[in-house]
Amino acid sequence: MTATENPTNYKWIGTRPIRHDGFDKVVGKARFAADLNLPGQLHGSIVRSPHAHAKVVSIDTSAAEAMPGVKAVVTGDDFPALDPTHPNFDTAVNCMARGEVFYNGHAIAAVTATTREEAKAAAAAIEVEYELLPAILSIADSMAEGAPLANSNNYTRFVPPGDPSNLATVTNLDRGDVDQAMADADVVVEMGFDCAHVHQGYIEPHACVVDSGDGKANVWCSSQGHFRVRSMTADVLGVENSKVKVTPAEIGGGFGGKTTIYLEPIAAKLSEKSGRPVKLVMSREEVLRASGPAPSAELRIKVGATNDGELTAIDGWMAYGVGAFGDMAGLIGAMSVASYKFPNLRMETYTALTNTPKSAAYRAPSAPHAAWAIESVVDEIASELGMDPIDLRLKNAAVEGDLTAMGMPHPKVGLVECLEAMKASGHYQSEPVEGASRGMAVGFWFNIGEESSATVNLNEDGTANVITGSPDIGGSRASMALMAAETLGIDVYSITPIVADTESVGFTDVTEGSRATFATGKAVVEACEDLIGQLKARAATIMGVEVDEVAWVDGAAVSPGHGGGESGEPLTLAQITAQAKRTGGPLTATASLNAAGAGPSFAVHCADLKVDEETGETEIVRYTAVQDAGTAIHPSYVEGQMQGGSVQGIGWALNEEYIYDANGAMENASFLDYRIPVASDLPLIETIIVEVPNPAHPYGVRGVGETGIVPPMATIGNAIKAATGVRMTSLPMSPPKVLKKLNER
Amino acid sequence: MSADSTSLLDALRDELGLIGTKEGCGTGDCGSCSVLFDGKLNCSCLILAPEAEGREIVTVEGIADGDQLHPLQQTFLEGAALQCGVCTPGFLVAAKALLDENPDPTETEIRYGLAGNLCRCTGYDKIVRAVQEAAVQLKTTSEQGA
Repeated sequence: MTATENPTNYKWIGTRPIRHDGFDKVVGKARFAADLNLPGQLHGSIVRSPHAHAKVVSIDTSAAEAMPGVKAVVTGDDFPALDPTHPNFDTAVNCMARGEVFYNGHAIAAVTATTREEAKAAAAAIEVEYELLPAILSIADSMAEGAPLANSNNYTRFVPPGDPSNLATVTNLDRGDVDQAMADADVVVEMGFDCAHVHQGYIEPHACVVDSGDGKANVWCSSQGHFRVRSMTADVLGVENSKVKVTPAEIGGGFGGKTTIYLEPIAAKLSEKSGRPVKLVMSREEVLRASGPAPSAELRIKVGATNDGELTAIDGWMAYGVGAFGDMAGLIGAMSVASYKFPNLRMETYTALTNTPKSAAYRAPSAPHAAWAIESVVDEIASELGMDPIDLRLKNAAVEGDLTAMGMPHPKVGLVECLEAMKASGHYQSEPVEGASRGMAVGFWFNIGEESSATVNLNEDGTANVITGSPDIGGSRASMALMAAETLGIDVYSITPIVADTESVGFTDVTEGSRATFATGKAVVEACEDLIGQLKARAATIMGVEVDEVAWVDGAAVSPGHGGGESGEPLTLAQITAQAKRTGGPLTATASLNAAGAGPSFAVHCADLKVDEETGETEIVRYTAVQDAGTAIHPSYVEGQMQGGSVQGIGWALNEEYIYDANGAMENASFLDYRIPVASDLPLIETIIVEVPNPAHPYGVRGVGETGIVPPMATIGNAIKAATGVRMTSLPMSPPKVLKKLNER
Repeated sequence: MSADSTSLLDALRDELGLIGTKEGCGTGDCGSCSVLFDGKLNCSCLILAPEAEGREIVTVEGIADGDQLHPLQQTFLEGAALQCGVCTPGFLVAAKALLDENPDPTETEIRYGLAGNLCRCTGYDKIVRAVQEAAVQLKTTSEQGA
């Protein structure tokens, strides 16, 4: 439970130091992607398709090339044609169309010029002739018998090769006897749901500066993983990875949306052709029209239960609309079904292509859609049985050894502990304020491990530089410093955490899957442990004892009976590093790993809200998020992840949606019309951190970034049901939709 | 210097090198480019640079007193009111405008005072609390000074 299952008394872990990169960020010195300028730099502008699906008949760049200030123009012809089976084939085509555009907003050409205005004017002068093709704009159209292809390069994955298809994945999971269990159930609830596309909504638009020369592209950009930017950019340019160097800028939000590339190869090619550094910055409209939203979805969920509240069977059908290029959203949606025991389970999932922007990861990708549907149905069962919704869930909650939908047994997980913490909370124990009603729901995310590297260099003065390749998207540098301080036994402020470029640190996967504090943190701890071994050996030399007579205690070498320094006191880390030169040279260690054992994280949310029956508007008056962090390294940033995820989910629940016209043009491509929550829409977001340590991490970390976005939609839908008697089944639950349902009562 | 069509935001960033003021939308919807224009909160992306002639412009770079951080900057750091930090300069400027006008705001007044600034990381909770804490500190300081 809260800090009680975690018996270890840590000195640094669990404290809340000011983050090391904080000062620069409050005085305006931090450099984000668009803040870098190089001498002689040009500006670029991109021409985008105004059609959802069309053949490109011709591109005439001659007028643009003759315009003032213009230094280079590129089109798809400037990039190598990758084999369609290449893993980055879709990324390459998404960066720059070749002969066919697949969505409104798809890049078709780019120009670079001395000023932004000149580049924009020249982009407008590029003439493209299109021949319209049928556009697929909904999941239903995509999956219809005989539907035209959204993208003829797409084939269904994980099945024997067949014809091109609108389906990227088809998954059928089956265990037990669902039909018999449904027939035997005392209560069966079945409902259908749909979700619109939503955007990650990071405040910093995509941006990069690229300086190409001597056969190499030097890239500065913000991303969640600069090693992936390197490999993707290299593949799209048709060069070796080593011919691209990526230096990470500060990243202004990502949430999964900056795990891929859009601009870097274009800027690289413009730089190569012009011989000058080129800066590309997306406008907000471009971000919304051409970078990855989360998938849309259509879902049908049926759950059977006994009168005493045992959930005996689930029968699900889930289809995710991922835009114009294939991914695995449907399969991942199936993987996210893991909260309850469900002895009988059938889950049919699809990933369907539409002529809309290529979807990208968004915080626990695919899980929010599934949880919204399942948690709404489970809430209906609790109502029908007259059971408290937490008690119903406690009765069925997955524990260690229970199977997820995919058939994987859970490791040690904290769902029961989270449910119990919510049940005991001040929020749940008190009545909603006058006029408000309550809903709650559960969320799950599996988290990932993957590859990470860390180098720790001890300085002569006893401080340490902790160098990793994990971009810090929400305070992870502070977490790395805390884990290093705890392991080495030195002050957290004597650690300098650094996110290094692709040529200054070992390979490290993307900051995604809530993995940075888990996997990169593990590498940091291993490097620090290596250093402790070295420090003990140096101390042994200084003390004149055998190394196995030396212990490392609280940041110092001690050798019982021998003492350490001249006075016989312990020999501190700083005393040892000061003598490094004469005891063997600099003290440095590197650890690299492919981390296994990522700890799944559960969350339980509760909302009290009021619905204005005249307008259909929902006002949230109280909100509490409970989540299992394993161990909270820096509790403030754990709470921050829980609060940020909650509010993104609240926006998804109540306001946010892509609105397309009949031709597939986005009608609300601005922050005015694509409305994310603002401060006045919200109450404080109360948090309760549960700590059920992950045995696979030296300090018990699970990873906390993603789960928080999973429960809010059902939490709010369930509270709206309690408030009005109306079950909402379409996201967002915006005022017009709620009002329509209220009027249908 | 600036062309007639240059925004104040671009002039600050490109001509003066004051990169603390950010562009999140360019249409006045996100508040990342917030500045004080003769003491009033404005989006610098919506102001033409020539309009700033003879006016007093305060950006995030001008909030601290030398090395001494403004209480808002300090409470943002201590309260973890920033995650990615890209909206932070705009929030600091907007919060300063709010507290300059209303030294003792309620939570609701803070929420409405900051409603023109978008943050996607924090859910606003820790930002609101940091502004509340800064207001307390500023009040204590001014009472001690009086």
